[in-house]
Amino acid sequence: MGAPSVTEYEAVIGLEIHVQLRTRTKMFCGCELSFGEPPNTRTCEVCLGLPGALPVTNAEAIHYGLMIGLALDCDLAPRSIFHRKNYFYPDLPKGYQISQYDEPLCRGGRLDDVRIHRVHLEEDAAKLVHTGTSGRIHGADTSIVDFNRGGTPLVEIVTEPDVRSADQAGEWLRLLRATLRQLGVSDVNMEEGSLRCDANVSIRPVGTRELGTKTELKNMNSFRFLEKGIRAEIARQEGLLRAGEEVEQETLHFDPRTESISTLRSKEEAHDYRYFPEPDLVPIAITDEMLTRARAALPELPAARAARFERDLGLTADSAKLLAWRAELGDYFEAALSTNGVEPQPLANWVNELVARIQVEDPAESKVQPGALATLVGLVSEKKVTQNAAKQVLDRLVAEGGDPAAIVEAEGLGAIGGGDELEPLVQAALDANPDIAERLRGGDMKPIGVIVGHVMRETRGRADGGEVTRLVREKLGL
Amino acid sequence: MSEITSLTAARAAAAVERGDLDRRELFEAYRERAAADDLNAFLWVADEAPSTNGGPLGGVPLAVKDLFCVENVPSQAGSRILEGYLPPYTATVVRKLVEAGAPVLGKTNQDEFAMGSSNENSAYGPVLNPWDRTRVPGGSSGGSAAAVASGSAPWAIGTDTGGSIRQPAALCGIVGLKPTYGAVSRFGMIAFASSLDQAGPLTRDVTDAALLFRHMVGYDERDSTSVAFPEPVALPTAQRLDGIRLGVPEDLTGEGVEPGVMERFEATLALAQELGATATRVSLPHADYAISAYYVIAPAEASSNLARYDGVRYGLRSNGHDLLSMYTQTRHDGFGAEVKRRILIGTYALSSGYYDAYYGRAQRVRTKIADDFRAAFESVDFVVTPTSPGIAFPLGAKTDDPLAMYLNDYFTAPMPLAGIPAISIPCGLSEGLPVGFQLAGPAFSENRILDAAFALEQAIGFDGSAVRD
Repeated sequence: MGAPSVTEYEAVIGLEIHVQLRTRTKMFCGCELSFGEPPNTRTCEVCLGLPGALPVTNAEAIHYGLMIGLALDCDLAPRSIFHRKNYFYPDLPKGYQISQYDEPLCRGGRLDDVRIHRVHLEEDAAKLVHTGTSGRIHGADTSIVDFNRGGTPLVEIVTEPDVRSADQAGEWLRLLRATLRQLGVSDVNMEEGSLRCDANVSIRPVGTRELGTKTELKNMNSFRFLEKGIRAEIARQEGLLRAGEEVEQETLHFDPRTESISTLRSKEEAHDYRYFPEPDLVPIAITDEMLTRARAALPELPAARAARFERDLGLTADSAKLLAWRAELGDYFEAALSTNGVEPQPLANWVNELVARIQVEDPAESKVQPGALATLVGLVSEKKVTQNAAKQVLDRLVAEGGDPAAIVEAEGLGAIGGGDELEPLVQAALDANPDIAERLRGGDMKPIGVIVGHVMRETRGRADGGEVTRLVREKLGL
Repeated sequence: MSEITSLTAARAAAAVERGDLDRRELFEAYRERAAADDLNAFLWVADEAPSTNGGPLGGVPLAVKDLFCVENVPSQAGSRILEGYLPPYTATVVRKLVEAGAPVLGKTNQDEFAMGSSNENSAYGPVLNPWDRTRVPGGSSGGSAAAVASGSAPWAIGTDTGGSIRQPAALCGIVGLKPTYGAVSRFGMIAFASSLDQAGPLTRDVTDAALLFRHMVGYDERDSTSVAFPEPVALPTAQRLDGIRLGVPEDLTGEGVEPGVMERFEATLALAQELGATATRVSLPHADYAISAYYVIAPAEASSNLARYDGVRYGLRSNGHDLLSMYTQTRHDGFGAEVKRRILIGTYALSSGYYDAYYGRAQRVRTKIADDFRAAFESVDFVVTPTSPGIAFPLGAKTDDPLAMYLNDYFTAPMPLAGIPAISIPCGLSEGLPVGFQLAGPAFSENRILDAAFALEQAIGFDGSAVRD
């Protein structure tokens, strides 16, 4: 009989995301946040953990935390407290991190198709720099600490294990990034570390409910590495199970250079963090005023914007997401849409055409004015310019800016209009390809592209493909 | 003893105010005495009087327990691990007192990180009791207590976590006030147990305690657990105790109290009744468990608070062949035995699987104790006890028996657990050594406590001048 049945596995993935908040000052002291200042210049007795220093909670960080909680549709705790998470490391000056444990700021929630488990506030560690070749503290010649980053406010967002693939993880994290960026609470830059993502990965046979043993994949510092890392870890786990071995619960490190996975900590080496309530801080009590202020600060968020684009403008789901999840694209799109009665879906397509052609992230920073793009889309809709010719116009706009109509005029890129102008060109194409004309006459329509292509070449793309096809049929009496 | 240093701090301040006494002369008189201190009460003494600015405290110099950070002044918390540590900033309460006109005279010896009841846990050697140099001064603010009792400082500040102001005050025959938790900023105070630590005055008399305390209180934006004191701190004036209801906890007068101490306590209680007070028994059913709860909560917090002494940034660093061995060697060399014991107890109490049985349960006991006091204060104004079960004991007598040492806190540990204020005043001698009488009241009742203590003090007429010569 056929091949022996092979168990199909599905991945079960939960994400833990750390977001550096862009408050003016640190989480528990008055030091301003650091953006590349010389090492150890943004420090004080509090964030250096000097004897006797005490933390004071940054009210703006709580405000940002509430905004995030609202944006993720969480339950906001009327009272939450900080805990100490105790462990020794040179980047942790107090020997504990002030974090939240069983009474976080927000619980529950959802963003798109992934449920949120919790959102809490904490402080970032300092930055370690290791000299020597190992790149890690073990085997380093010396390790030096820059405390500028220490104490930067962090929000930790933990999802439920609702993600099923590396692609979904990447896509969802992009939505989260777009949402946080739109909130204006963080730079959300993975490469710079203001957005960091760990993934808890397990696999199970498709159709089963029980969760497999999970591993924690640490600190993948780009979307590409996140997706690659998860993919590699799923493959590694599948390999183990198929070989009859077991997945061990451990913390893993993905090396993007070699795309290999290595153990950071086994289960036995897991820390006992000895969490207990931080006695130096009083509980956070969320007042109605704080909630009102956080609600008032919420802009339209990417998920809502995408829904609006779909519902009100009739965009396809893909187009709506593409525009809404990058706020600058959505803004550009809406600016162009407001100029004249341009059709939303074609305009959305042309925004993508534009994005593919520019070097900058934000098309508003390109030479193509939103109004110019709208005009171009209008010319196409009115069949005054063909798709192909319009792409040439767009190339010119990207290079030099200007008015699309003027470019069409100057370059002679206007569509070759009705039958009068096209008819002789079609005839010439048929004359030049008698064998093709014969096959068409015999009812074999496959080679009609040759005739259309001939006309297009002759007109430098200014002819309308549909019109050419109609004329061919007419001439051949089909 | 010079005429200058025989004055109480309040009288010295008044003399300066009147122009009868020069601030520099005052400072220098004490500086000389502190520099000549032979009780090991001081770990550091100022070189010269600071250029003073005035202020209501009249330039009366202040002895400061070692664990208060003072900018560029050694602040070692009695520990080897902070030997030579010079903080870059000054504790809020010290700054406030200096600004009010009490310049820093010196830093006083203490049990390492305030862990101890005899001052024998200092890395810099024990402090001797000025009443009997073969005996301990109590702890952990033993240096502050001995300095004030011996007249080498007019007044001092210390900290109280489980009795560390009141017990040494009692054993040295002076006044010690542990304020309501939050009344005084903890910013810049090297932490032992954050939810219990509170700074307070150690003084020759109740008036001095009130005057110093007046300038210590207040909300500090750098300490989230501090609060504004709800009323001005008044200087005490009461001569009588009419209508004052004193409660003697029936659950706290158990065995282990020396007869001589009990005799002085009861005599003082009788004196209070002569002044118009009534005395009744009150029930604090959970107070007997205070020591047990205290010796879980305080070490738990300490195990975390002391994690920062890791050799990475400041203080002692011992060599190691890698990070972990540097950590362990530094902490091995830097911490004394009692500190290590408490770090181990606290780490254990917070460990996964033990948290509920130890730390969680201790916190529930703490809540019960606070409830007990609340209930008691519905029928009495103050709860009164002996401050310490015994008089000052000989050096070395209890160093091998930590549990016996911990029982020194029997009468003083319940109040910090409940966050309430309490004062110890000297109430006479037993075997020639001072005995302390403790009054505890509801949160923020310091004015009433000071007033009652003042009336009692006048009636008792305790004279500690013999050890100030």
